[in-house]
Amino acid sequence: MDVEILSRIQFAFTIMFHYIYVPLTMGLGVVLVIMEAMWLKTGLPKYHNMARYWTRVFGLTFAIGVATGIVLEFEFGTNWAAYSRFVGDIFGSALAAEGIFAFFLESGFLAILLFGWNKVGPKMHFFATCMVCLGAHFSAVWIVIANSWMQTPAGFRIEYNGEIMPPGFVPTADQILHSRAVVENFWAMLFNPSSMERLSHVIVGCWQAGAFLVISISALYLLRGRHLEFAKTSIKIALIFAAIASLLQLATGAKSADGVTHNQPAKLAAMEGVFKTQANAPMFIAGYIDMEKEETVGLQIPGMLSILVGGSTNTVVTGLDAFPKEDWPPVQAVFQFYHIMIAVGMALIGIAWLGMFLWWRGQLFNTSNPLVRAYYWILVLSVLGPQIANQTGWFTAEMGRQPWIVYGLMRTSQGLSEVVAANHVLASLIMFTFIYVLLFAVFIYLLTRKIRRGPDDEEESEEMPASWVALIERRKGQASAAG
Amino acid sequence: MDFNTLWFILVGVLFTGYAMLDGFDLGVGALHLFVKKDEDRRIFLNAIGPVWDGNEVWLVTGGGALFAAFPMAYATVFSGFYLAFMALLCALIFRAVAIEFRSKENWGWWRTIWDVGFSLGSIGSGFLIGVAMGNILQGIELDARGNYIGGFLALLNPYAILLGFTTIALFAMHGSIYLVMKTEGELQARVKRWVNRTIGIFLFFYIVLNVATLVYAPHLLEIVRARPWSLAIFILNVLVVMNIPRQNHKGNEFAAFLSSCGAMILLMTLFGMTVYPNMVLSMPNPEHSLTIYNASSTEKTHFIMLIMAIIGMPVVLAYTVSVYYIFRGKVKLTPHSY
Repeated sequence: MDVEILSRIQFAFTIMFHYIYVPLTMGLGVVLVIMEAMWLKTGLPKYHNMARYWTRVFGLTFAIGVATGIVLEFEFGTNWAAYSRFVGDIFGSALAAEGIFAFFLESGFLAILLFGWNKVGPKMHFFATCMVCLGAHFSAVWIVIANSWMQTPAGFRIEYNGEIMPPGFVPTADQILHSRAVVENFWAMLFNPSSMERLSHVIVGCWQAGAFLVISISALYLLRGRHLEFAKTSIKIALIFAAIASLLQLATGAKSADGVTHNQPAKLAAMEGVFKTQANAPMFIAGYIDMEKEETVGLQIPGMLSILVGGSTNTVVTGLDAFPKEDWPPVQAVFQFYHIMIAVGMALIGIAWLGMFLWWRGQLFNTSNPLVRAYYWILVLSVLGPQIANQTGWFTAEMGRQPWIVYGLMRTSQGLSEVVAANHVLASLIMFTFIYVLLFAVFIYLLTRKIRRGPDDEEESEEMPASWVALIERRKGQASAAG
Repeated sequence: MDFNTLWFILVGVLFTGYAMLDGFDLGVGALHLFVKKDEDRRIFLNAIGPVWDGNEVWLVTGGGALFAAFPMAYATVFSGFYLAFMALLCALIFRAVAIEFRSKENWGWWRTIWDVGFSLGSIGSGFLIGVAMGNILQGIELDARGNYIGGFLALLNPYAILLGFTTIALFAMHGSIYLVMKTEGELQARVKRWVNRTIGIFLFFYIVLNVATLVYAPHLLEIVRARPWSLAIFILNVLVVMNIPRQNHKGNEFAAFLSSCGAMILLMTLFGMTVYPNMVLSMPNPEHSLTIYNASSTEKTHFIMLIMAIIGMPVVLAYTVSVYYIFRGKVKLTPHSY
């Protein structure tokens, strides 16, 4: 294997692994904010115990997220040095901003969130939880902006041999190593054509990951008949969150797909399996790409894609035939990953709203009903849904960008480090595989153990500081006065 | 002062922050295996527990700032030191997860594995950071486009390795001084004895390193001759290090730690002054060197990032200080500690 494919595999592998944990911390962060807010409002110990338990799960995912995140910042330079030189003026500032505005915020207040229960008052602790959650979201903002710039570059000019070139200049293969993108308009770079819709799609995907983790673990407790009070309250909060997020994701997804249509038509053609530029283009529910014959076979809705793209069956959808073959993304992979993401996303909407329906009918906790029990088993497995959808969604976005590392400007093969040899990348890839398999095994083991051990069910935790107890007493007093 | 010099200083400030803060928790890691009792090891881990993660962010932000302000230098160093940086990543990952995983089970073998992972990860990180700095000081072989062409083994030269060991000794010294602040009783008495030993070891390496510089990096002598006040910083640095045992003897644990922090700052200042205005010195072809000018991004990016730093850094400093203040004092173990 050559250094390009090895470097791509390594980057994909390390970022995929990292991205198991990122959505969990962002989604769980929001859940923690909700739970702690309810604890502050009601003073009920059950909310305190819930916040404590989910904080422990959060701490575990956060630690692995941090440890695997630093790898990615290094890899831009280690494996993609030519790319780093080309985009440093733009991409680098987004990374630096992520450090200053997001990581410091997150890690600083994480200390209080994890270890500060007995050191600070309840309001200060709640504030810290909010800041950790906010920091996690800020980091998504900056990194998605940076990635979106790679998809839809804007606000820049190309500098070739030290001279600024006119807008629209695309460096040739000979020129690329003497060229770089320099910032011309910072705000146009930040709010490039795809950044806001992709950011919303990413953030809501992360919320789903957190919500369904809570749903899954709570459903397991309900099936086993353990920690019922805790599990019921947790699952209610998470179900509402999941139901809202899943529907919202449909909207952000539609907006993102619409953006791809305009900004990256070759990617859209691959996602939908459209070879010929045509009116009345069908939309495939599922299918298979015959690369020999250059056609897509499968279950389709005639004319639907044209309607989605332009509002009528007469709308002409640009096919892959509008692009030279060397500019095609890997069509089969992009098509399949995209369709898996859609299918899972739809299933998640169904699962979440079925839960809401059962709740409305008063059947949600009727665990003696075998159908409800079957539904609970689906809920237990549902934690995998957002994970699969998030990963395949990113596959669609990143493989759909190929063969470009910066869309329309620099090819992935041109972005490599010139001095790094294939056997070096192979060595590091083996190292990461070894470490990450080990980490994943330990993670699953420790998570299972936390689930087995469960939350503290006693009325009040013994080490609760005086200020917390005072809060509970005050709320109790108010409640009895009101009663 | 131009933007390039300003950003050279600011990137330097971030890496100094990293050395000063993560330096002590890498040092605690280096000393971790020298206590045998489980309770003592837990005290060590909890001494850095709430802060190590934030400390590592200084490295991440420093790396990001280097990428943004001097992309050519970032690309050259990271791709040129490929295998060394992969090893550094391995060390940093193990050390991070070891802190989190260790306390989760009571089994002896489990704790031993993560103790060793934590300690070797910390020692390895310090060593590799030192090796990288040693190569930057000494100069590495660059081609006309600024790519490193010397190969991996050339990085492991005697001078760089010596600086690697010096860095471990420095971090161990800094870590032991931090631990004096966080421990009490019999454990503290033991840690106090380490302080004097680690200071001795560090000063030994530091002096050997300065002698070795004459042999392996004679070009640095020219720079010292051109900037004679760097000698004053060197002398001040030795005095600040000597002040540490004095403060400890008087029972001023916090003053001793501040003194050690001062030593880190002076060392990094000295490093920066010796390197400036180069980012990556090319040897043997100095005309290929990456300087703060030819490795730089545009003035516009420097300006944008300066605005970000002016907005962001005061806030960062404010809550970093608050977090340290909240977690001040001796470590008390509770069931929820590591």
